Amino acid sequence: MTETKETATRTIRMEVARYRPGEDDEPVFQGYDVPLMPDWAVLDGLNHIKDQLDGSLSYRWSCRMGVCGSCGMTVNGEPRLTCGTFLTEYGEGPIRIEPLKGFPVIRDLVVDIDGFLAKLSSTRPWLVREGEELPLTTEYAQTPEQLDAYKQYSMCINCLLCYSACPVYVLDPDFLGPAAIALAQRYNLDSRDMGDRFDVLNQEDAVWGCTFVGECTRVCPKHVDPAEAIQRYKLTAALRSVLPWSRR
Amino acid sequence: MTGAYRPPRDNLWFARTRHCAFFVLRELTSVFVAWTIVFLLMFVDAVRTGSLQEFGALAGRPWMIAINVLALAATVLHTITFLNLAPKATVVRLDGWRVPAWMIQGGNHSAWVVLSVLIAYFILRSP
Repeated sequence: MTETKETATRTIRMEVARYRPGEDDEPVFQGYDVPLMPDWAVLDGLNHIKDQLDGSLSYRWSCRMGVCGSCGMTVNGEPRLTCGTFLTEYGEGPIRIEPLKGFPVIRDLVVDIDGFLAKLSSTRPWLVREGEELPLTTEYAQTPEQLDAYKQYSMCINCLLCYSACPVYVLDPDFLGPAAIALAQRYNLDSRDMGDRFDVLNQEDAVWGCTFVGECTRVCPKHVDPAEAIQRYKLTAALRSVLPWSRR
Repeated sequence: MTGAYRPPRDNLWFARTRHCAFFVLRELTSVFVAWTIVFLLMFVDAVRTGSLQEFGALAGRPWMIAINVLALAATVLHTITFLNLAPKATVVRLDGWRVPAWMIQGGNHSAWVVLSVLIAYFILRSP
């Protein structure tokens, strides 16, 4: 109890990147002192700033439980979900909060993800069925082994931390990127899917653009392994190129 | 989108994190792998043309020894990291059971050691 009271009276410095289009030529840092509570995540600190100190601060958030993937930001240089990153991880501070790297900044900590959404759509991340008419009335049962083949890739929440950590994407925004490829593999490996994503994935700016840095896998908060998905598809694409009858 | 701020390219991205620095080091070892192949081809050419004496003299020079010691360290690092990363590309399933990564890595390293010992045996054995 005493410890909680002592912690509550302490504060930690949060240095937040501010970018106000029309006012700022480039982001500038603004410092705020927030209560250092043992159960506060960085997102709670930002909410405190927004509610108590500066209502003009802009950032995205929703679920506060690591599910929606909207509160990804750069925290002390590392892409993190701010709802799952606690203030106490940073000792006495300060904590530097910046937008996700690699994306255009719309305002403060809000980035433009339209490019990612277009890339994601191009991989057709849904079950593709052929020769069937709606409404579908048949069940498509799967064995636990068939589920296990793609399950880890389905854990992706599109938080974009993997893009922000990927040096290839940051240097070349045309790169299809880790999450889009991992989600394409999620459907490629699904026994119910009949789609063919070869033309989208077998490109210089897709799987072949990956130099296997592995940062995407390291920063993923849901323990998806996009690096594995990309390397596996490289093997698939190479085999398909040599053996045209080989699929997936 | 108008008004959006586009950060400039970070040319020192590889120096920002320890992981990225190690990645670049791993990639740079490819240069020494290429050198090792060149050196091996020079050796084969010396055997073919009967100029082993000259090749031996070149290989025995201090700067050449220094380069080759460095190349050995780099190729060992390249090999270990390459073999350790192999399970990322090759997911092996046996009757539904996924073979764990450490088994694939262990198999790779074992095969590497066995092949190296075999090659060393044939090269170093007494005539």
